[in-house]
Amino acid sequence: MLASQLPRAFAASTGLSDEERALHALNRLGFGPRPADAQAIADMGARAWLDQFLAQQLNPQSLALPVALTDSLQAMDTLALDQGQLYARFREAQKLSREAKAEGNKDGEKPRRELVRPVVQQAGANRLLRAVASPAQLEEVLVDFWFNHFNVFAGKGPVSVWVGSYEREAIRPYVLGSFRDMLGATAKHPAMLFYLDNAQSVAPGWQPRGRRGLQDKARRASGLNENYAREVMELHTLGVDGGYTQRDVTELARMLTGWTFDPRAVSGALFRFSADRHDQGTKNWLGRKVEAKGQAEGEMAFDVLATHPGTARHIAFQFAQAFVADDPPPALVQRLADRFLASQSNLRELTKCLIESDEFWRREVYQAKFKTPYQYLLSSLRAVTRVDGLPPDTQKLLGALAQAGMPLYGAQTPDGYKNTAAAWMNPEALAQRIQFAQTLSDRIQRRPAMAARASGDLLATLGPTVSSGTRASVGAEPAPQQLALLLGSPDFMRR
Amino acid sequence: MDRRHFLLASGAWTLCRTAVAANTPQAGNKLVVIMLRGAVDGLSVVAPYGDANYAASRDSIALAPPGADEGLLKLDSLFGLNPNLARLKPWWDQGSMAFVHASGSPDPTRSHFDAQDYMESGTPGRKSTPDGWMNRLLQTLPGEAAPTRAISMGATPPRILAGTASVANLGVGPKALDAKAIDKPEMQSALSKLYAKDPMMARTYRDTTEGREEIKRSMAAPRMAGGGGGMARSMDPSADAGAQSASGFAADALRLGRVIGADAHTQLAFTSVGGWDTHINQGGAKGQLANRLTSLSQGLDALAQGLGDTLKDTVIVVMSEFGRTVRQNGTNGTDHGRGNVMWLMGGPVNGGRMLGEWPGLESSALADGRDLAVVTDFRSVLSPLLQRHLGLSDAGLAQVFPQGPAAFRAPLLRA
Repeated sequence: MLASQLPRAFAASTGLSDEERALHALNRLGFGPRPADAQAIADMGARAWLDQFLAQQLNPQSLALPVALTDSLQAMDTLALDQGQLYARFREAQKLSREAKAEGNKDGEKPRRELVRPVVQQAGANRLLRAVASPAQLEEVLVDFWFNHFNVFAGKGPVSVWVGSYEREAIRPYVLGSFRDMLGATAKHPAMLFYLDNAQSVAPGWQPRGRRGLQDKARRASGLNENYAREVMELHTLGVDGGYTQRDVTELARMLTGWTFDPRAVSGALFRFSADRHDQGTKNWLGRKVEAKGQAEGEMAFDVLATHPGTARHIAFQFAQAFVADDPPPALVQRLADRFLASQSNLRELTKCLIESDEFWRREVYQAKFKTPYQYLLSSLRAVTRVDGLPPDTQKLLGALAQAGMPLYGAQTPDGYKNTAAAWMNPEALAQRIQFAQTLSDRIQRRPAMAARASGDLLATLGPTVSSGTRASVGAEPAPQQLALLLGSPDFMRR
Repeated sequence: MDRRHFLLASGAWTLCRTAVAANTPQAGNKLVVIMLRGAVDGLSVVAPYGDANYAASRDSIALAPPGADEGLLKLDSLFGLNPNLARLKPWWDQGSMAFVHASGSPDPTRSHFDAQDYMESGTPGRKSTPDGWMNRLLQTLPGEAAPTRAISMGATPPRILAGTASVANLGVGPKALDAKAIDKPEMQSALSKLYAKDPMMARTYRDTTEGREEIKRSMAAPRMAGGGGGMARSMDPSADAGAQSASGFAADALRLGRVIGADAHTQLAFTSVGGWDTHINQGGAKGQLANRLTSLSQGLDALAQGLGDTLKDTVIVVMSEFGRTVRQNGTNGTDHGRGNVMWLMGGPVNGGRMLGEWPGLESSALADGRDLAVVTDFRSVLSPLLQRHLGLSDAGLAQVFPQGPAAFRAPLLRA
């Protein structure tokens, strides 16, 4: 496997030791080292371990999930529900809630608590448990990256019941596949159709069947909603400086009229193209004349957008910023963009290009990205978790993320969360992280067998990412305090 | 000295002026900026009911004129205030609230993220500006530096306060002021050694410990005398309890107001509120936007309660990245537009009037044939506040808003 050979060739030019490279890979292509990783690196030698790790991460189908994880996931009944079943559940909650409110004396929030909340909670638990315990770490990191790229917000109506399905069906299958396919899958998932309102965007003047003969007053205001058309170009593809105009936004919105979902279906995928609601006029978009062709207009638009040089540049910049540096090297961005275009938007190629790039392994980017709250939470859990261990209370962990300003599935705006230090590093973040470190440490210290060796184990796990200065300072503090100090150290705030 | 006292009566503000003197910048003057992220529909906040094109463009979402059922609250013959902001109307009536309509950024972007960025960097059209205008203001403001001179409320650092000057940070939620592990002396002494020399995080660490220390100290100290009865009443615990039981934002805003009011060093504060991107089913006097505005008005009321007597020295500015389309869209909402309304509130504000020019809603007056035009640059509204209220020099202003437009001509502050 070629990719696994390539990074070795760069070893001489980067100045990172083999052990540093192994930890760097765990921190950037995964959510940080676990004790078992440190052991494996020691056993195999860092170089051989890294070759094997990279080859496996690019072929995640070869990695089996641990039994404890699959058992936990199987116990969550809503993870198997399809779009229609989930929506039926949402509507049932709405109906019961309306009835309860009509009766006046009942708890109107109860149906939502019982029917909707477990779906969101299980989606969140699924995400966190996999991120902690799946050996396919790169896949989990990419799921986070691409979900965020095509963000939907669980706080908007039925998106709550669909976020998990959206991740399973529109994001996860494509993270090492085709960007064009992911773009199409997100465009057709009811979570996106509802979140950015395209489901309701119709040809100007269109009326539902029952209202067509009615007088003006009873007719529904109806027509374009340009929300999705704008964001798909600004955020998902071309980028805000990608050279489109307000006219292009409106024209794309017209081309996408009729892309909606069937609210009456009770099972299966809900996407429908409704020719009836589609704007049959000729459009003029990005300098092209687009004749009326129904759904094919939107498909053509996604083909154009997925292979557009503007999209390649935009995606390459975002990828390099997330994986390499807040201010990524322009040569790397250019190389990633070229590979994206040359491979017809193949994301496995994009990811390989990243790992093969010298810039990824340079000393100046090592331990230089400030962790997001999500990354801080997961890396601290992994650093103290046995290979088959799972964190006990995922709902509490999800609460900690919300408190830190990064609720899972809770980014309200379509740009998702940023991953730069400027977006996250501030006093409140530091105070909260140190509090979390203390709480985690207290939990471990309550188990005497673990407490005795906890900070020594953690030092071994984190290896060269903890500086000698920090090692010396922490070593001089009383033993029971050392674990919290290491987890709260500046070294551990970075990856 | 200006001695206006604010009295709180059954949830609404009444204001009595015992004496009026020239408003001169003083060390204790404060500015609170609240950003409504997502582009609030300014034409629903302060609606131009007197402009015939208003109702005509908004079949299902136009607000009824003053006097009608659920109608606007009359501000003047052209404009009315959204009825869900009724609890703020006394501010207007007593001359402590003004609006600048058709204001915003000269950059025509309709991207939320670019437009917010420009409004926060203070340099519309220029993406390379590294810092935010409130941080540059903090660096150039006359007077002594202090760890809590500027406070940001929220879990994440806002662009507007990014920069080299230190900013204190207040979290959100009921436990925001609780002691944490970082406040324990033995933890802090050990952490200080770890962070002191860290190239990336030494300053953030110092800002954390110093800011927390000063907030703790000022919140523990009795409030400065000088406010008299007004202060005592606005700090009435029963009134606070009411605010806290309102939405989460009201409780946070009350806490922010108290922290600002308790610390004579604090002159700048910022927070933001999201959820204004009403592309669909925006609603009118009731509905989605109405609920958000009600909650915002509760928050502003709570902020004022928290500020207590210091409200007389505080200007509160509420702004949003751009406005929304004049014509409602096909889904009973509004899409991204241009001009919006800026809100100015507080004791020093020369209020009870609509400020700025009104370009009108006839199609020839609209930007790109669809949006309320921006005829007042947001910086020309802010500039005189920074100079006359906070005492910023001309040289300082040139740093805060490089190549900024001329200052707004109408007097924004009381004479």
